[in-house]
Amino acid sequence: MKKSSIIGIVVIAIAIAIIISTQNSASSYVSFDIAKEMAQSGSSKKIHVVGELKKNTVGQVIGVNPSPDKLSVSFVMLDDNNFEQTVYYNEPMPSDFLRSEKVVVIGSYHNEKFVADKILLKCPSKYEETEL
Amino acid sequence: MVHTGIGNTGHLLIIISFITSLMAAFGYFKATNNNEVGKSPWISFSRTAFILHGLSVIGVVVTLFIIIYNNYFEYHYAWSHASKNLPPYYMIASFWEGQEGSFMLWLFWNVLLGFIIIKTNRKWEAPVMTVFAVVQAFLASMILGVVIGDLKIGSSPFLLLRDVMNESIFLINPDFVPEDGTGLNPLLQNYWMVIHPPMTFLGFACSLIPFSYCIAGLWTGRFREWVRPALPWTIFGTMILGTAIIMGGYWAYETLNFGGYWNWDPVENAVYVPWLIMVASIHTMITFKKSATALKTSIILVIISFILILYSTFLTRSGILGNASVHSFTDLGLSGQLLIYLMFFLIISIVFAARVWNKIPSSEKEASTYSREFWIFIGALTLCLMAFQVLIPTSFPVFNAVIEFFGGISTLAQPANQVEFYSNGQVWFAIAVALLSGTGQFFFWKKMDKQKLIASLTFPLLISLLLSATIFILADVHNLVYIVVLVAGMYSIVANSKILFELLRSKSFKLVGGSVAHIGIAMMLIGIMFSEGYSQAISRSTFIISKEWTDDQNQTNIPLFLNEPTFMERYEITYRNELMKVNDIPGYVKKSNLNNTEDPYYKVVKQNIVIDSKTYAQAGDTVYVQSPENFYYQTDYKDLETGKEFTLYPRIQVNPQMGDVVSPDIKKLWGRDIYSYVSVKPSFEEDIEWSEKIEVEVKVGERFFINDYVADFNGLERLDRMSFADLGPEDVAVRANIIVYAEDNEKYLAQPIFIIQNGQVGKQPDVIKEIASKISVESINPDTGSVTLGLNTTQKDFIIMKALEKPHINVLWIGTLVMIAGFIIAVRRRYIEFMQMRDKGIE
Repeated sequence: MKKSSIIGIVVIAIAIAIIISTQNSASSYVSFDIAKEMAQSGSSKKIHVVGELKKNTVGQVIGVNPSPDKLSVSFVMLDDNNFEQTVYYNEPMPSDFLRSEKVVVIGSYHNEKFVADKILLKCPSKYEETEL
Repeated sequence: MVHTGIGNTGHLLIIISFITSLMAAFGYFKATNNNEVGKSPWISFSRTAFILHGLSVIGVVVTLFIIIYNNYFEYHYAWSHASKNLPPYYMIASFWEGQEGSFMLWLFWNVLLGFIIIKTNRKWEAPVMTVFAVVQAFLASMILGVVIGDLKIGSSPFLLLRDVMNESIFLINPDFVPEDGTGLNPLLQNYWMVIHPPMTFLGFACSLIPFSYCIAGLWTGRFREWVRPALPWTIFGTMILGTAIIMGGYWAYETLNFGGYWNWDPVENAVYVPWLIMVASIHTMITFKKSATALKTSIILVIISFILILYSTFLTRSGILGNASVHSFTDLGLSGQLLIYLMFFLIISIVFAARVWNKIPSSEKEASTYSREFWIFIGALTLCLMAFQVLIPTSFPVFNAVIEFFGGISTLAQPANQVEFYSNGQVWFAIAVALLSGTGQFFFWKKMDKQKLIASLTFPLLISLLLSATIFILADVHNLVYIVVLVAGMYSIVANSKILFELLRSKSFKLVGGSVAHIGIAMMLIGIMFSEGYSQAISRSTFIISKEWTDDQNQTNIPLFLNEPTFMERYEITYRNELMKVNDIPGYVKKSNLNNTEDPYYKVVKQNIVIDSKTYAQAGDTVYVQSPENFYYQTDYKDLETGKEFTLYPRIQVNPQMGDVVSPDIKKLWGRDIYSYVSVKPSFEEDIEWSEKIEVEVKVGERFFINDYVADFNGLERLDRMSFADLGPEDVAVRANIIVYAEDNEKYLAQPIFIIQNGQVGKQPDVIKEIASKISVESINPDTGSVTLGLNTTQKDFIIMKALEKPHINVLWIGTLVMIAGFIIAVRRRYIEFMQMRDKGIE
C-alpha cells in the first residue's frame, strides 16, 4: 500500500473519531417535556432549554424567588411550547435577569427539579440602547 | 444644534470609497487580462482609483472620529458608544465598539496594506490588487447605508439619532440632541480593548495578502512564483493574529472572573481555527520553497484560511450564534450581505483553482519517511485536524440553520461543558504538534536516514526525559495526560534548543526564527498545562455560606469580615476597605470618605486626603470620579512563612448594561499567580437589617460610644446650601460632626444632617459601614446645649471572596513573547529574501 493512502486512511479515521466524539458530547436544544423524558429514561446529559420568564397579564415577571441570603434563585420559565417549569440555579441571580427577553438554561432534571448550571441571557438593551 | 454637514460628508465618502473600489477592481482586472505591468494606462487608472479609495476610507475614519471626539450625540453611533466622561484614549475604543466601526478598521488596514503592495511589488500589482479592490468593495458595502426600494445595503455609522429612533421627542423637536451619550461599556474601558481589536483586524487584513497572491498566481499561471512574496506576509499575519488572540485572552484573565484566559466560546473559536490553518500554511509554503513539493497543499491551506476568516466574520456578526454564545451581538441585518461575501470568495477560489488544477506542478515521487517534507506535511495535517475538532461544534448553529432551511429539524447545541470538551481533544493534538515540532527540526536542517536520526534524537530525548522527571518530582505531577504533555513540551524545547545552538554556533542568526518560535509554543503548552491543570482554589473554608450552594461552592469561598484577619492557605488575609478611584489622587480613596452629589461623576470629600504628607484634597472639596461604577475591595495578605505582605484590590463594576461585573486582582509571584475576586458582595445599602434605634444625648466635646467604638462629638455646623434640597430663607440645615476611632488608628467622620424646611423636620442619617452603624440627629436641645443622636447598628460589613492559584502561568506569557520573537525573526528573513529576488528581477 502506498504511504499516502495509509495517511489518508488515518486522517479520515481521526476525522470520523472527532465527529463521533463531538456527537456524543454535543448537547441539544430541547423543550422541558423532552428533557424530562430523557431524564426518566436514565440519561444524565445536560441540555439547553430556550424560553422566557413567566409574566403576569400586565407583563411583570412573576415566580422569581431568590433565597433569603440571595445566594441562589429559583424561577418559573416557559419554554417555546409554553410548558411551565420551575428552575433552580445555585448562584446569585444574574443582574439583568428580570429584564431579559429570552433565557437559555443549560442543565438537567434531578428527579422532578430542573437544575441549571449555566444561564445565558439575551437582553434587549445589552449592548445597543433602543430607547432614549 | 444638529451638525448634519459632517455626517453627510462621511456618508458621501463611504459612497465614494465604494465606487472607487469597484473602479479599481475593474481597472486592475483589465490590466491583468492585458498582462500589463508598471505604468500602463489601465494600471495608472486603477492605481489612481485605489489611492482615491484609500483617501476616502481614511476620510471616513477621521469623520467618524471627529463625531465621537466632539460628542455629537445627535449621531446614533456617538450616542450609543461614547459619552462626555469618556477620556480620549477610550474614545478610540468606542470607535470600534460597534460593528460599523470595526468594519471601518478592517477597511483601513486593507488600504494601508494595499498601498504597501502597490509600492513594493509592481510585477504582481494588477492581479493582487484586483482581489484587494473586490474585498474592499464588499467591506465598504457593509457600511454603505443605501436603501434601494426594499433592499437595504449596509448600515451607515453616520445615521442621525432621530432617523434611528421612533421617539415622540423628535416629532416635537426634530433638533433635539441628548445631553449625554450612553457611553462605552465600562467593561471595555481597559487598555487591552484599545489595542486588541486593531491587532485582530490587522491579522484579518494580513490574511488577505497570501490569498490575493495565491489567486493571482492561479489566474496568471504563475503557479510557483506566488509563494515567495506571499510567505513573509503569511508569517507576519500569523504573528499579529496570534498576538491579538493572546491579548484578548489576557484581557479576559484580568477582567472577567471565569478564572482563566480562554473559555472556548464560539467567538474565540472563530478566530482560533483560521489561525491554526495559517500556521499550517506557513509550514507547507516553506516546504515548497525548499523542495518543490506541497504546492497544492499550500494553495488549499491559504485559500481555506482566508475563507475561514470570512466564515468567522459571518458567525460573529450575523447573529446566528444567538443562543450559543455568552457574547451578545447587535444584529445589523447584514447576515445576507455577509453570506454573499463569504460565498463569493468561496466560489471564486474554487473556480480559479479548479480551472488550472491539473496544470499545477506536483511531485510524483512519494516523500520518504526520512524527509522533512513528510514530517512537515504530517504536522500540517495535525494542525488541520486540530482546527477541525473545534470547527465542528462551533458550526452547530450553522448546521441547525441549514437543516431548518431545508425543512428539517436540528437541535444541536455546544457541549454543556465546553471547556472540558475542547480541552480534552485539543491536548492530544497539542502533544502531537510538540513532538513533531521537536523532531521536524532535525529533518529540516540535515539529510537524514535511520542511523543519523537515532543519533541526533537520542541526546535531546534523554535530556528531556531527565528534565521532565525532575519536574514531575518537584511539582508533584501525577496525572498521566499531564505527564505526557510535559514530556512532549520539554522534548520540543530541548530539541529546538539544540538546533538553535547549532545555528548560533555557525553564526546563522537570521535562520533561528523557526526554532525560537517552536520553543515559545512548547513553553506556552507547558504553561497552559500547569496553570489550568493545577489551578485550584486556595480560599478553602468549612464555613457554610449558604445551604443552597453546593459543597464545592461552600468550600471554595471564604467570608471575610471587615478588619478581622482570616487564615487562608499560607496567608493571613484581612478585608480592609471598600474603595474608589478618584482622578488626580494616587491609589484609592475610601468610599466612606466620599459624599455623593447629584452628578455621579462628582463626589465631595469628607476628610482631608493626605498621602505621604501631601494633601491631595481637603474636606469639602469636590473631586472628579471618572468611573463611578467601579468599587475596589482592599484585602491585605500576609505570608505567614516569609512574613512578606501585599495587598490586592479586586473590583466589582456596577455595570449599567450588564449588571455587576466581578473582576479579579492578580498577584504575580515567581512560581504562581494568586487570582482573587469578590464572588459575592451583599448589597449593604439595600438588604441591610438594622438593630433597633438607641438614642444618646451628647454635648459638644463629649466622648461616647457607637457600636463599642469610641466617638467624639465635635459640634454642629450650619449649612448654607444643600445638594439635595432647596433651602428657603426660613429654613435651617445643620450638620453634626462626629469622629469615630476604629481599628488600626483609623478615624471616620460621621456627618448626619438635621433640616427644618417649611416647618417640617427632616433627617439625613450617615451610614459608616466600617463601624456598621447608622447615625442620625434626632433632635437639638437648646435648653441643655446638647443634641440627641439616634444610633442603629448592624452586622459587620463582609465580602465573600474566592482565590485561585495559577501555578507557572508566567511560563505561558514568557512563551508567548518567545514565540512572537521567533515569528519576527522569520518574517525579517523571508522579507529580505523576497526583496533580493525582486531586485534581481526574478520576481
